[in-house]
Amino acid sequence: MSRDEILDRVRTALGRQAGQAVPLPPPARIRIPEATRETRISSLLARVDALAGRGLRAPTREKAGEMVRMALGNRSAIASNAPILEECGITRLPGVRSGITDREQLRELCASAEVGITSADYALADTGTLVMLSSPREARMISLLPPAHIAVIPGECILSGLDELFSILPNSAEITSSMVLITGPSRTADIEQILVRGVHGPGEIMVLAIG
Amino acid sequence: MSGEFDHTTHATLDDARLQLAIYTSTGRLKDARANVVAADALPDYQELRSQANAVKQHAIDHLDYYLEQFERSVESHGGHVAYASDAAEVADFVLSLAKTCGAGLIVKSKSMTTEEIDLNERLEHHGLESVETDFGEYILQLAHERPYHIVAPALHKTRYDVARILEQALQIPNETVIEKQAAIARRALREKFLAADIGISGANFLVADSGAVVVVENEGNARLSTSAPKIHIAIAGIEKVIPRAQDLATFLKLLARSATGQPLSVYTSILSGPRRKGEIDGPDEFHVVLLDNGRTKLLADAPKRQSLYCIRCGACLNTCPVYRKIGGHSYPWVYSGPIGAILTPQFMGVAKEPALPFASSLCGACAEVCPVKIDIPKVLLDLRQEVRASEAAQNHNRLERMAFRIFGWLVRHPRAYEMTAADSGFDGRWRQRPLDREGSRSAECRAGARLVESARSAAAVVP
Repeated sequence: MSRDEILDRVRTALGRQAGQAVPLPPPARIRIPEATRETRISSLLARVDALAGRGLRAPTREKAGEMVRMALGNRSAIASNAPILEECGITRLPGVRSGITDREQLRELCASAEVGITSADYALADTGTLVMLSSPREARMISLLPPAHIAVIPGECILSGLDELFSILPNSAEITSSMVLITGPSRTADIEQILVRGVHGPGEIMVLAIG
Repeated sequence: MSGEFDHTTHATLDDARLQLAIYTSTGRLKDARANVVAADALPDYQELRSQANAVKQHAIDHLDYYLEQFERSVESHGGHVAYASDAAEVADFVLSLAKTCGAGLIVKSKSMTTEEIDLNERLEHHGLESVETDFGEYILQLAHERPYHIVAPALHKTRYDVARILEQALQIPNETVIEKQAAIARRALREKFLAADIGISGANFLVADSGAVVVVENEGNARLSTSAPKIHIAIAGIEKVIPRAQDLATFLKLLARSATGQPLSVYTSILSGPRRKGEIDGPDEFHVVLLDNGRTKLLADAPKRQSLYCIRCGACLNTCPVYRKIGGHSYPWVYSGPIGAILTPQFMGVAKEPALPFASSLCGACAEVCPVKIDIPKVLLDLRQEVRASEAAQNHNRLERMAFRIFGWLVRHPRAYEMTAADSGFDGRWRQRPLDREGSRSAECRAGARLVESARSAAAVVP
């Protein structure tokens, strides 16, 4: 069995015994800067813009719903089961499907929809990043298969950056099988270092902060 | 360095178009990195490097402990961990899993570890279709080539090369617009993602305390590979384990900045186990294969153990004056540039790859940009010493054998023996004459030195 052989080889190489104790690792480096809610929101939106996404702000949930309606135009969309989307009236917009809990049905809808609409558990102000945890409210495919992604997020969920995220969530595995950080539209520069957006994931991303 | 690689090196140096492609692409990556780690953009960059180095050192020095912890964490979330000693064991694992679930189609995201073990070829040999889904890797798979660079695999290809490859492989004539080429790949691969039975990824990090596999990418193909098929297999070297998820706050700030000059890559997936109860999508099975493939050999050598800290960002390639001239295919194995020059001889044995430690001018640029502070020039010097020692041992044996042959002949020919002894004042004891300095340099050392020299002289003619 390779397992025991490999672990044996590792221990022999390091001069360690099975079950031998380990000193504490260097303390994790977590530095959380002071930042007001206002700075976080404006930094997030500016970063999203800089990544060739669209960062927008709505004062109320009703206004957010209206802005999503405008952004969609005539495009078909699939919305996640995040309660905030319903509160904004987004799930009731024409052409928007939501409330899907079946994997196969969801995948088919995502493969044909023109826009995927989600919330996000958190966003990171200093990098323009959405943090999405897989759950009954948020499926993985909605932010991945359609060519465009709209994320609606309450202003209070905007964190300063990675350090704050990993201090709030030191171990995401306890609550989800998948935590994905999304920073801008899907891109490649594989050929001649020329930037192309929307290779496999959405080439268009809009982040709408409420509050 | 064997004749084949000498040949590739010279062909690369003589190809003006290729020289320009390497120079431009590595230059862009190098400048992008410099901008985002500059003091005004990332004031605590040096502290982050020191922290990353300290955490890697701790993890590697206690690797057995963290591997076992990782294993327990993965299993606590319903995933499975398998260990593999070599390429054949990984292929056997995937093949038996594929057989059990009747799988025929595999989608793969980019992984240097699977390149190391020629996984696609092994799986295809057994009738499975294994498709690379990263745009650059997809093009290379169609062209039957190995990656040219750790993070930019198709760095040597121009849009015209891609047009030819697409025409030959997919009968799409004369498409030279890069956006359209990418759209062709997107369409072709979308079908594969939705039909695939198994998705294979590598791992940038394995997190011991959470059992998470972390995959960093820009295109979304790794998200699709790890989330669309019902089975996800992550294949990772044993050295990828880090103690805590909180350490990601350090490593993620360094990885993308060093690799492509982005503060974060577009997608960072932190994956822990199959989909949970209530989650709508995600794989039903989650497997992690931990690969040795020679890593435990490197581990035994304390001063060079730091070679295993590498997070595969490719920054040392972009800054290396030798890589920027001779390109990725001049190196004999999948790892190129300065990190390849220290990894390959240690994986293959210095006697087999004696030229690589000399393919460097020891300018130190690689150590300066390394986000985990691997002292590459120091490891190169240690390896040079080992090459010398192994050659001295070989020379010594050769001389000794020759001496005994001559002596044997002489004792069978008494007249010659007497004449030789009288002429030379031979007193019946053999002494080894010390070689002069130049004479003691092996052909391989000279090949390495020539390579650096030709890189230097060619550097003068590039814009």
